[in-house]
Amino acid sequence: MIELAALYVAPPTLTAHAPVLAIAVPLLGACAAALAPSGRASWVISVIASMVGAWMALAVAGEVMRENVIIYQLGGFAPPAGIALRIDAMGALLALLIGAVGTLGAIFSGHSLVAEVRPEKHTLFQAGFLLAQAGLVGLVYTGDAFNAFVFLEVSSIGTYALVAAGERRDRRALPAAFNYLIMGTLGATFYVIGVGFLYAATGTLNMADMAARLGTLDQSAAVQAGFAFIVAGLGLKAAMFPLHGWLPGAYAHGPSLISLFLAATATKAAIYLMARFLFEVFPDGAAFGEAFLDWVLAPLAAAAVIICSAQAVFSSELRRMIAFSSVAQVGFIFLGFSIASADGLSAALFYIVAHGLMKATMFMALGGFAISVGARRLNDFAGIAREAPWTALAFAIGAASLVGTPLTMGFLAKWQIIEAAIASGRVWMVVVMAAGSVLAVIYVGRMVEVMFFREAVPGAPRAKESPIGVLVPLLVLAGLSVWFGIDASLPQQLAQSGAAGLFTVRP
Amino acid sequence: MSGGELLILLALALPLFAAVVTYAVGRMPDVRETLTLVACIALSIVAISIFMRVGQGDPPELMLAQPLPGLSIAFRAEPLGALFAVMASVLWGINSLFSIGYMRGRREAHQTRFYTCFAIAMFGVMGIAMAANLFTLFVFYEVLTFATYPLVTHSGTPAARRGGRIYLITLVGASVLLFLPGIIGVQAVAGSTAFTPGGLLDGRVDPVMGSVLLLLLVFGAAKAALMPLHGWLPNAMVAPAPVSALLHAVAVVKAGVFTVLKVSTYIFGPGLISTLPAATWILWVAAGTIVTASLIAMTKDDLKARLAWSTVGQLAYITSAAMLPMASGLVAGGLHMVFHAAAKITLFMCAGAIYVATGASRVSEMGGLGRRMPWVFVAFLVASLAIVGLPPMAGMWSKLLLITASFGTGEWLTAAALIASSMLSLVYLVSIAFRALFPPIGDGAAREFVRPGGTPATALVALCITAAACVVLFALADPLARYLAPMAAVNFMESAP
Repeated sequence: MIELAALYVAPPTLTAHAPVLAIAVPLLGACAAALAPSGRASWVISVIASMVGAWMALAVAGEVMRENVIIYQLGGFAPPAGIALRIDAMGALLALLIGAVGTLGAIFSGHSLVAEVRPEKHTLFQAGFLLAQAGLVGLVYTGDAFNAFVFLEVSSIGTYALVAAGERRDRRALPAAFNYLIMGTLGATFYVIGVGFLYAATGTLNMADMAARLGTLDQSAAVQAGFAFIVAGLGLKAAMFPLHGWLPGAYAHGPSLISLFLAATATKAAIYLMARFLFEVFPDGAAFGEAFLDWVLAPLAAAAVIICSAQAVFSSELRRMIAFSSVAQVGFIFLGFSIASADGLSAALFYIVAHGLMKATMFMALGGFAISVGARRLNDFAGIAREAPWTALAFAIGAASLVGTPLTMGFLAKWQIIEAAIASGRVWMVVVMAAGSVLAVIYVGRMVEVMFFREAVPGAPRAKESPIGVLVPLLVLAGLSVWFGIDASLPQQLAQSGAAGLFTVRP
Repeated sequence: MSGGELLILLALALPLFAAVVTYAVGRMPDVRETLTLVACIALSIVAISIFMRVGQGDPPELMLAQPLPGLSIAFRAEPLGALFAVMASVLWGINSLFSIGYMRGRREAHQTRFYTCFAIAMFGVMGIAMAANLFTLFVFYEVLTFATYPLVTHSGTPAARRGGRIYLITLVGASVLLFLPGIIGVQAVAGSTAFTPGGLLDGRVDPVMGSVLLLLLVFGAAKAALMPLHGWLPNAMVAPAPVSALLHAVAVVKAGVFTVLKVSTYIFGPGLISTLPAATWILWVAAGTIVTASLIAMTKDDLKARLAWSTVGQLAYITSAAMLPMASGLVAGGLHMVFHAAAKITLFMCAGAIYVATGASRVSEMGGLGRRMPWVFVAFLVASLAIVGLPPMAGMWSKLLLITASFGTGEWLTAAALIASSMLSLVYLVSIAFRALFPPIGDGAAREFVRPGGTPATALVALCITAAACVVLFALADPLARYLAPMAAVNFMESAP
């Protein structure tokens, strides 16, 4: 049982500035990494900057549990003139996830980049990686709708380049990155157009102000159009079915580090922003908001769960299977979301963390395998558990969490969504979730069966156990999935207080 | 920490500790096996203390972890679970004695893995026995499945791997696709999954919902091998004899029927069960299982396969007992769980003993062997008679109770199946012992020993103890029934004939 409110990880003066440090340190680290003399040096910078970022995120999380909401004014200028960071438990939770996965990913990159990315690109790669982290943390910390756009683009530009860096191993990374770039930019453009509409209607970019003013306004066509643009734009970024076309390619062909980082954090940050708009900015009782949740988001989420799980079942390439499974899992998250209750949102937030950790584990394990063999198709992994038992074990733990095995975080996540769905009388959701879980059992069962029970194909290249620099972050990630499956207090308190915060704002 | 909490912690920690230690000292077989036996004895003492405490009305409890409100890993001993824990831990000890003889006599490979997995399996059994709610039971049920998988595939041959695959897919598939949704349903209806005397769901569900949940939970516990989910059990007979003996006569299959008994007693309760149409359907399926399994057993020449099919039938007895709308049925089910365990483990150990000494695994190869190995076959005869249910063997009481209970509730089909299967078992089990002990004139000479000295002494001692237990338990039936009575909330003497 960890009581975050009683957790002081940094001296008070540092804690006071932790919100901005969590963004600035990775940002400055990105500059330093770009200028570093060698790939090795940029790796060291990347690890240190990510670690400091994660540490600051933890300090912020403790502070948020004590203060409920932190408002940090950059340079001491009050909004609307100045820029303010406004952090609640929901943002703190996401930042913690980004920091943790970023740090472990940075450690892991020491070995995996050597295998997957051209040596002369390492410094720029690490710079892009830090930039993406800084952008995402900024996105979840900011209280300003336009700044959110800026941070979204900062992180996206980083990730477009990072996906493309996978071209050394897989040329398909280039079209995938281009695809991702076009779709991502479209999404961001839609978002900023929507923010423009809202600015026109309310005259403010600060989300809290926007919420206050929208509550007194008539629901004009401009507000509704703004809502539609924002939801569509963020839906693209979050890979909401059927706007997920860019995702399988980007996850399957980019470098392992980017697959794991994107899967764990990037789509999740877009989901976070959508939650902010849906439950905080738009006024309570906005008929179009409710209708959207019930008649658009929930059915699309259900379709994602069923269709993309089925696509995962019928894929033959392992990373593609996991990528499709990610879209399906986003569907689970949106299901919890569309319940539009504090319990549902809290469950969805918890699911975000659970899914981030499990997918990061699985992609990192695949990255571990990729260091010694270039296997891609599922059948190439036959019997790999004999050669690399620890990596395979971590993969299996991630897979177990994905299926929802008790004592893993995935189980508690599904459990809470089901409870929230039943409490709100949406029994059909339980049926959808059961069907999705059954499909997950099938495709995960296939992966585990091939890895653990199939004999290696004679003459195939032999895999080796991952080096210690990969195993340590990998087992930590897998361990977190299990630890939070037994003692969920740490993510649970943030998710609950974050969801409760959003739902008590509504009058 | 109170004494009760400590006892439950010990019951869980001892097997786990034994697993670690046996793994660590794997290179020294003597130390490894001594430590296993010490752990068995210690665990038996702990289990018996828990048993006594429950009898005195002071059941130990322990809350281990609570990931979410309403969802906890918690333990509370009650009569049926305490009895199961004592039975499993004592038989683990006896079976370890047998294993030592068998594994050394056969010079099996991977013996350390064998003992380690065995200990982890016992950890799972203790968790199942003591679980205070369905969720905890489910977690340990899965531990047991995964810990026994390497035991089933022990020999590593293609046949063993095939058996292991079927084992894992059936058990995990059923528990994830049926049992887990059942748990979620119970949680959704009742807001808890705690085992509650009198039945958690009593008065909270309509017959339709109750039937659905009952079907999910009973068929989801595929370890109970109710048809059509019985296929894993005969296939798992590729395991070495000690594994079949403990796991497929005591630990694994009994964990299945124990789950069924717990669900019917504490989740539904006898009152609710009697109103559910699904309970009647399950009774029919169980009756069908009993007769079909007995008929198939008759056709098997491989001794272990015959025993496995007999187990399928006997497990369906206990499932029937759990579904009978009468409280004394539950007591009969609990008793049969113990009596059948003692008899079936004896039979499996005899099969193993015969195999080690002579290499014979088929019934047709065993004619006249009784002259060479009288102890083994006398034990086999005693245990067979216990399965048939003849006095003075313990199996009689539970069968008698069951048959009267099924007549008493008008379930004549169940009663008929029970009687028919007793007749059939007379043919397919007792005949083996007779043919070995009293070969008809004209039979060829019995097989020679392939191992000098025949059955190893420790194996012989082990199977004689359990055979003796079949007789001793005959006298203990009444105290045991009285002990179990509180779980069904009935006065045993009043409902007994």
